[in-house]
Amino acid sequence: MELIEEHPVLEQSNFRRGDKVGFTFDGVAMEGFGGAPIAAALHANGVRIYRETPVMNRARGFFCAIGKCSSCFMVVDGIPNVRTCVTPLEAGMKVETQRGKGQAIIAPILQE
Amino acid sequence: MTDFTADILVVGGGAAGLSAASEAASYGSKVLIVESDLELGGQLVKQTHKFFGSKDEYAGTRGYKIADILLDEIKENGQNVRILTNTAVTGYYMEDNTFTAMRGEESYMRIKARKAIIATGAQERLIPFPNNDLPGVYGAGAVQTLMNVYGVTPGRRVLMVGAGNIGLIVSYQLMQAGVEVAAVVEAMPKVGGYWVHAAKIRRLGVPILLRHSIKEAFGEKVIEGAVIMELDDKFAPTGKEERVSCDVICMAVGLSPTTELLSHAGCKMKYVPELCGFVAERDRTMRTSNPDFWSAGDAMGIEEASAAMVEGRIAGLCAAQSLGFPARMEKLDEYWARLDHLRAGEVGEKIRSGIGKVTCGAWEA
Ligand SMILES: Cc1cc2nc3c(=O)[nH]c(=O)nc-3n(C[C@H](O)[C@H](O)[C@H](O)COP(=O)(O)OP(=O)(O)OC[C@H]3O[C@@H](n4cnc5c(N)ncnc54)[C@H](O)[C@@H]3O)c2cc1C
Ligand code: FES
Repeated sequence: MELIEEHPVLEQSNFRRGDKVGFTFDGVAMEGFGGAPIAAALHANGVRIYRETPVMNRARGFFCAIGKCSSCFMVVDGIPNVRTCVTPLEAGMKVETQRGKGQAIIAPILQE
Repeated sequence: MTDFTADILVVGGGAAGLSAASEAASYGSKVLIVESDLELGGQLVKQTHKFFGSKDEYAGTRGYKIADILLDEIKENGQNVRILTNTAVTGYYMEDNTFTAMRGEESYMRIKARKAIIATGAQERLIPFPNNDLPGVYGAGAVQTLMNVYGVTPGRRVLMVGAGNIGLIVSYQLMQAGVEVAAVVEAMPKVGGYWVHAAKIRRLGVPILLRHSIKEAFGEKVIEGAVIMELDDKFAPTGKEERVSCDVICMAVGLSPTTELLSHAGCKMKYVPELCGFVAERDRTMRTSNPDFWSAGDAMGIEEASAAMVEGRIAGLCAAQSLGFPARMEKLDEYWARLDHLRAGEVGEKIRSGIGKVTCGAWEA
């Protein structure tokens, strides 16, 4: 994993890292720190492309890290347009590259 | 839909917001801090270097430790402070005097407050060039968040665009994190940031290329490099170009104040280049033209954490006083003395001139 192991100022305990949890990215099993953003976990696993734009099919990734630019939208547990840079990683999450505008599964909600 | 109420709503939990909340809560007002990030601290938590400024504002202390000091101070009046993190205030509806907010991705709420302090900080700028949307072109704030907050290596070799304080400091922080910095390019003929920061990275052998900018980025699906170009006196390309291989292009080309909520509240705004964008007109109490709205910090003009903290205290003090809490108004002059001290001399000239354009003696009653 692409993690900072040694730092002249910061201790490992300064980094906001919860317990290690497992999740999947496009079906591939990965590990990350719970409570830290999904995007940070993906980045640590070497993943740079988070979505593909609807019209031009351009690759998009991490950009602002503060939930304001929409570059990092992905499909998480079936929900599209999740801001992965500010959404905490949880054990067992199913994270997928978002293509186009993302399809919401609204049927089960309407049935309630 | 959940509803929240407070005497004073503080939007943004950075240096300014935390100072405002602490001050207001210390006089007994019920304060609600709403912060969109997962934790409080704003820019402070991303800074590993020792801060400049003055002793009253913790100069010499590393940024992330200043955040801890402010958070401890807030705990002293903890019974008066409620905190919502991972919650973004999305709008203010004047006709209902109601704020709307979103927690996480799926939960929405309404907030009613008697007074509001907007301390939303700043937003990064981007410059246009071909392929600036490719993954690997990151804002300087994002790079800092990855490496200094979450301990993730942002890349192997970085091209830094911008030699202001942020570009210089983040370059140094990257090297501390074990990342190579290919070069720093800067369109201006001189370094914009403090000389100490430039000297540090020069000593480590990183070229600072003045009168240079980025022409384009390249890469199949993600960044593989950039073409940089030399500029002449009129910022026109001289034709001299160079390819730089890198997997991250870090943009440190300036910030603009985040002021949407102030616009929603109908506050009088003015474009002030010295303060880096549209900012609210204010009186000496940091109150805007809307009598229920105060603002402080980078949202009122891009400056420094030291000034943001003092402005926050002024806003907190005066908002509490306006609600009849026993605020110690004699502190107002002391806080202004500190601000004047921070803004003194040649380095403060630009800020002083900017602030002069948007400060009025007092709003008409
Ligand atoms: C690399 C770098 C180095 C620096 N070095 C120094 C230094 O040495 N000395 C110094 O004095 N200053 C320094 N600064 C400047 C300093 O960090 C800022 O001026 C200061 O943090 C501004 O404080 P603030 O509270 O106004 O904004 P911020 O710290 O940006 O806080 C604003 C907060 O508001 C939140 N927010 C925004 N919109 C919303 C919304 N709608 N709803 C909820 N929350 C919202 C944001 O998430 C953020 O946490 C540096 C800055 C950088 C980037
Ligand atoms: S990176 Fe900008 S919204 Fe997530």
